[in-house]
Amino acid sequence: MSAYKIIDHEYDVIVLGAGGSGLRAAVGLSEAGLKTACISKVFPTRSHTSAAQGGISAALGNMGEDDWRWHMYDTVKGADWLGDQDSIEYLCKEAPKAVIELEKYGVPFSRTDDGKIYQRPFGGMTKNYGNGIVQRTCAAADRTGHAILHTLYGQALKHKTEFFIEYFALDLLMKDGECKGLIAWNLNDGTIHRFRAHSTIIATGGYGKAYYSATSAHTCTGDGNAMVLRAGMPLQDMEFVQFHPTGIYGHGTLISEGVRGEGGYLVNSKGERFMERYAPNAKDLASRDVVSRSMSIEINEGRGVGKEKDHVHLHLSHLDKSIIESRLPGITEAARLFANVDVTKEPIPVVPTVHYNMGGIPTNYKAEVLTGTDSNKTVPGLMAIGEAACVSVHGANRLGSNSLIDLVVFGRAAAMRAAELVKPGTPHEDIGESETEKCLERFDKLKNSNGENSTAELRLSMQKTMQSKCAVFRTEKTLKEGVDQIRKAYDGMDSISVKDKSLVFNTDLVETLEFDNLVRQAITTVDSAYNRQESRGAHAREDFPKRDDEKFMQHTIAWCNGKDTKIGYRPVSKTTLTNEVQYFPPQERVY
Amino acid sequence: MVQINLPKNSEVQKGNYYQDKTGSKNIRKVNVYRWDPSNGENPRVDTYEVDMDNCPSKVLDILNKIKNEIDPSLAYRRSCAHGVCGSCAMNMDGKNGLACTKPHSEIEGDINIYPLPHLKVKKDLIGDLSGLYKQYESIEPWLKTNTKVETTEIIQSKKDREKLDGAYECIMCACCSTSCPSYWWNGDKYLGPAVLLQAYRWIVDSRDDERKERLKKVADELKLYRCHTIMNCTNACPKGLNPAKAIAELKKMLATS
Repeated sequence: MSAYKIIDHEYDVIVLGAGGSGLRAAVGLSEAGLKTACISKVFPTRSHTSAAQGGISAALGNMGEDDWRWHMYDTVKGADWLGDQDSIEYLCKEAPKAVIELEKYGVPFSRTDDGKIYQRPFGGMTKNYGNGIVQRTCAAADRTGHAILHTLYGQALKHKTEFFIEYFALDLLMKDGECKGLIAWNLNDGTIHRFRAHSTIIATGGYGKAYYSATSAHTCTGDGNAMVLRAGMPLQDMEFVQFHPTGIYGHGTLISEGVRGEGGYLVNSKGERFMERYAPNAKDLASRDVVSRSMSIEINEGRGVGKEKDHVHLHLSHLDKSIIESRLPGITEAARLFANVDVTKEPIPVVPTVHYNMGGIPTNYKAEVLTGTDSNKTVPGLMAIGEAACVSVHGANRLGSNSLIDLVVFGRAAAMRAAELVKPGTPHEDIGESETEKCLERFDKLKNSNGENSTAELRLSMQKTMQSKCAVFRTEKTLKEGVDQIRKAYDGMDSISVKDKSLVFNTDLVETLEFDNLVRQAITTVDSAYNRQESRGAHAREDFPKRDDEKFMQHTIAWCNGKDTKIGYRPVSKTTLTNEVQYFPPQERVY
Repeated sequence: MVQINLPKNSEVQKGNYYQDKTGSKNIRKVNVYRWDPSNGENPRVDTYEVDMDNCPSKVLDILNKIKNEIDPSLAYRRSCAHGVCGSCAMNMDGKNGLACTKPHSEIEGDINIYPLPHLKVKKDLIGDLSGLYKQYESIEPWLKTNTKVETTEIIQSKKDREKLDGAYECIMCACCSTSCPSYWWNGDKYLGPAVLLQAYRWIVDSRDDERKERLKKVADELKLYRCHTIMNCTNACPKGLNPAKAIAELKKMLATS
């Protein structure tokens, strides 16, 4: 592979990804005096954190009494008891501090009358352990993610983090089970870069683009997850894919849960507020899996709206115009652009849309990656944070506004842990050329492929398979079909074609590498779903409608080598981190 | 009058013509600027016949259709596809905008797509924004506060927070700066509307304690006063922001301070 020019770099720590979690980690690492590189395939403010709308959860208590333990209970229940309670305790306890820190960084939060951070109600967020709705979600209008991402990029600039922008990461460098860095392709000039580091932090986000209709950006291809799979390590709980109740029908653009938080509600073709039937207490603010399932049932039973009766309506025209203007300006614009709707007069057509991956790279609460089914064994030199990671704080279903807080709490935790583990300036040992050779062989093979199948066709077939076989409701039959069909998309890579043979901004090859990444995760997802014979959170099996705590209160751990998977399980953590809160034992989950 | 000629290797040539293969009766011609740095050839404009019966409503949908179905080698940036990430800024029908929010129905006749004006082109529709990013860094886009309180937020009234509206929403797409003739001419020294809007955003943030120093830093003949109120920036902003007004406010603050 000497044809490629390889440039070597040495860092104490590298962060792969420059969204909310990657940037927060980079800031912490730079502050700690570690020589840090942040590598991203897009300019940081283009990351998909920018699309987060509604807000970031933290029990600040600015809008009435709140307690981080209540937040913890809600998160445990939202997760349908698949979350690890030690990690959830850490998340909820650290959350207020993390939001205050963001405010000090300069995030332009909306304000209360007395000048504090404004907080809005959100799905599944309650007071006093499920007794009434609480306002816990801190908001910067409906552009919270954008505001946080731009602010964190500013902080990274302040701390002189070194960025490598528009570098596409190819593979991890592993030696004897330890991570030694990674290899990336510089799109700007076509060179190959080998980054050596004592700690590599993966912050590459989710893989929503494995599905046909998703709120995710085109760039949400879970590249870090796939690098982990290729390195022979497993992913966790991949069957848990969140469908957001309100994606714009036909386009998939996200309409924030904040709309329902501010008083919006869903109606079917009969004009009924149907959520009252499914969740008598929380109604439209039940957790997302519950609302998405209810919408799907309404549609399946013929009460959908529109010509095809295949979506429902989200009403907000009854809200005060000044509230819409000040708190929901972004979704007003999105509804106009993508649904041709004036929200002050008409409802928005919405449908459950793929939105978030609860699954990902298994880690402990310090962001260290776990080797597999043993909760105490970690991979030296490797960490994961944000949507790429499965800590697991979101378990089987994430609550709205818990993702942004996850980013900053665990981004910070990763930086602190790396600072404990890595002494600045420690020299790097020699690792030989074999990993580099292996990585570039795959790269070169795909680049020079001249087969019959276009990347776009294979991607579409993967997306359609996932959308139809691994959706809101699943059965043995649909999943088995999915298990078989998704492998056809994988096999199609044997005869893939890449027309562009250049190395500078070869986006044809980028999309092909991204497809390679996506299809491995799709296989892992559908296989994990097939093996979980119960219903829990976002994984709803019509043939196994009940949660089965005896058999399945366990994390799925799935390895994927090519199209061959191996499924194992790891028990959910049943202890809290400290004595400040007690373990919440499983209960029936009603809203 | 001075005659300005393009160097020979910059002259845009007529490129490939991709005839429709779907048999569609509803075809539009899409002319796209192409340039590949690796083959030593001049830039060209390729023409694609695109079946509009099976194409969603935005210009980005057309580009995706070309890339997926006709010519996978076409290079452009895109990510969120709903106007918040700022990746797909380009020049369409002679006007800067985001391909993901620009309806192609607003364009009459053939659809002409070029990179953002006056940037170095890296490939096809991908422009080099590194200069603008450096300028962004130069305004130090982070809060500078002397507050010692760590456990609670800095209090900001609703009224003070409102001052940030129209400024913090900027997505750094560069549509404004690359539409500004003054920025075309002096882009190495003049900060341009995108970066000045961000300078303004931190200057008017009531929580920031270095307002005066920030103002002093932009009060420069080239950095700020190369704005000649042409207003192309405001006209170009796909988010409906008004950088020209922010620049005028900066000039006013300096005139009255």
